[in-house]
Amino acid sequence: MKIKQLSIFIENRTGRLAEITQILASRQVDIRALSLADTSDFGILRLIVNNPSVAYAALLEAGVMVRTTDVLAVSMVDEPGGFSRTVGILSQAGVGIEYLYAFVSRKGGEAVVILRPDDSDKAVEVLKNNGIRLLEPEEVYHL
Amino acid sequence: MSRYFSPEIETADRGRMLTLQGQRLRATVRHCYENVPFYREKFRKMGLEPGDIRTVDDLVKLPFTYKQDLRDHYPYGLFAVPKNKVVRIHASSGTTGKMTVVGYTKRDIEDWAEDTARAIVAAGGTQEDYIHISYGYGLFTGGLGIHYGAEKLGATSIPVSSGNTRRQIDVLRDFGSNILCCTPSYAMHIGETMMEMGVSPDSLNLRAGIFGAEPWTNEMRAKIEELLGIKAYDIYGLSEVMGPGVAFECEEQSGMHINEDKYIPEVIDPDTGEVLPDGCQGELVFTCITKEALPLLRYRTRDIAVLTRKECSCGRTLIKMSKPMGRTDDMLIIRGVNVFPSQVESVLLELGLSPNYLLVVNREGSLDTLEVRVEMTPEMFTDAVKGLEEIERRIRSALLSTLGLAATVKLVEPKSIPRSEGKAKRIQDNRKL
Repeated sequence: MKIKQLSIFIENRTGRLAEITQILASRQVDIRALSLADTSDFGILRLIVNNPSVAYAALLEAGVMVRTTDVLAVSMVDEPGGFSRTVGILSQAGVGIEYLYAFVSRKGGEAVVILRPDDSDKAVEVLKNNGIRLLEPEEVYHL
Repeated sequence: MSRYFSPEIETADRGRMLTLQGQRLRATVRHCYENVPFYREKFRKMGLEPGDIRTVDDLVKLPFTYKQDLRDHYPYGLFAVPKNKVVRIHASSGTTGKMTVVGYTKRDIEDWAEDTARAIVAAGGTQEDYIHISYGYGLFTGGLGIHYGAEKLGATSIPVSSGNTRRQIDVLRDFGSNILCCTPSYAMHIGETMMEMGVSPDSLNLRAGIFGAEPWTNEMRAKIEELLGIKAYDIYGLSEVMGPGVAFECEEQSGMHINEDKYIPEVIDPDTGEVLPDGCQGELVFTCITKEALPLLRYRTRDIAVLTRKECSCGRTLIKMSKPMGRTDDMLIIRGVNVFPSQVESVLLELGLSPNYLLVVNREGSLDTLEVRVEMTPEMFTDAVKGLEEIERRIRSALLSTLGLAATVKLVEPKSIPRSEGKAKRIQDNRKL
């Protein structure tokens, strides 16, 4: 149920993003989804990849500040109100969202959002009870 | 008004000065021996008796005193008088978390005021002048040191203290300040802010400035003189010896006259401790010969300078020291505040953070800025931006309270700080001093 996301600390300097993604490319790691949160000094690059353990080891070996974080991949109907309904369920249950970003899915009619709730277990429970589909890890890595 | 505040001292012939120094040195050595266990113990170990010190030539027999000695006897252990004789405490940054604490008797304060009064007169100040003091008032000796000198002279002190530059300019213009006293970088900042505000130096009565507490160049002097339309004078001092006014510049602007009747200077080889002849560059060492509360013998300033004894066109016979050309330790002076890398290290360790850091000092416009770069560790990395910002905020606030200086904090990637021979480089000073 929980998806392994790589969180990478990067300094805001030209070329750093290219260096880090090059490490992944050299190990044939495919990036499935990404987001970059930044301040004026640094950024946090968040990645969903096809093979998190290979990517993690490669980055660690290269001296990159990386950690894995559990996130949820939430499926929703790709139509007006689909996203609103999902976050509404969470907010009604009192679950906060630390961050989220969209996943570009290749399947028609379905949108996938990567979501980091402040309380994962509760989020899983309320989403399931409301009939929202959560993607399995293997499904996400190979989407 | 005289050109000198203490003509009989400032123009004394060499013989007279040596006699005076000899008398005061003998009294000070006895005072240290009788009242400071630290010195008594040192003398005993060296087999030295107070009676062995007769003239200034015997100075070399005395032990050195180091900043570390003040720290080892924190806070009052080297004081030579009982508490009821101490009327004032000041403090500056120490090499680690602890401050360097100094004390003054009533007479020490009088003597110190005389030092700074001499400096003000040498910069052309008289009883008719408004002395605008923008050094910080507080534990730092800058503000109160000049303040007492201005009042001793009978001039009018305006204790503006530091900060709030626009108000400084209002006071300069509206109160008719004649002499500005602050750090040279702050003088530059005031000048530049005046320009932005469209305040012309011609609209001020400012004639001179007395600037010190941090290193500055002659290029900076020229810039300040142009911006503010004044003559800019250098002043030197350190709280362990007394405070500002240990040495001061005259109209010749070619080095600072040392108040030799109170502080005997030497220049030594910092590695061997050997005394170097006048004209040689080395570490400046002072022996206080009038101080009651904290008389330090051969205090190692860690400042590198040159002493020159030759006739000065101002008529003063007091020996001159050059501007300090550097340090023998890794102390930085930023906006008048002493900063040691070790202080930053202890702040980081106390917060449980990585001790891999780099201090980057820049001069932005005219103000010196300190950026502390801290390498990330896995424990610090939380995946959330706000978590990292919170770490930066905690470091910033701990640095502010420990250093008394606002620094910017930047988290950087592991192993990104340059290391030479395995040992991390701690300072990157981009100022051109």
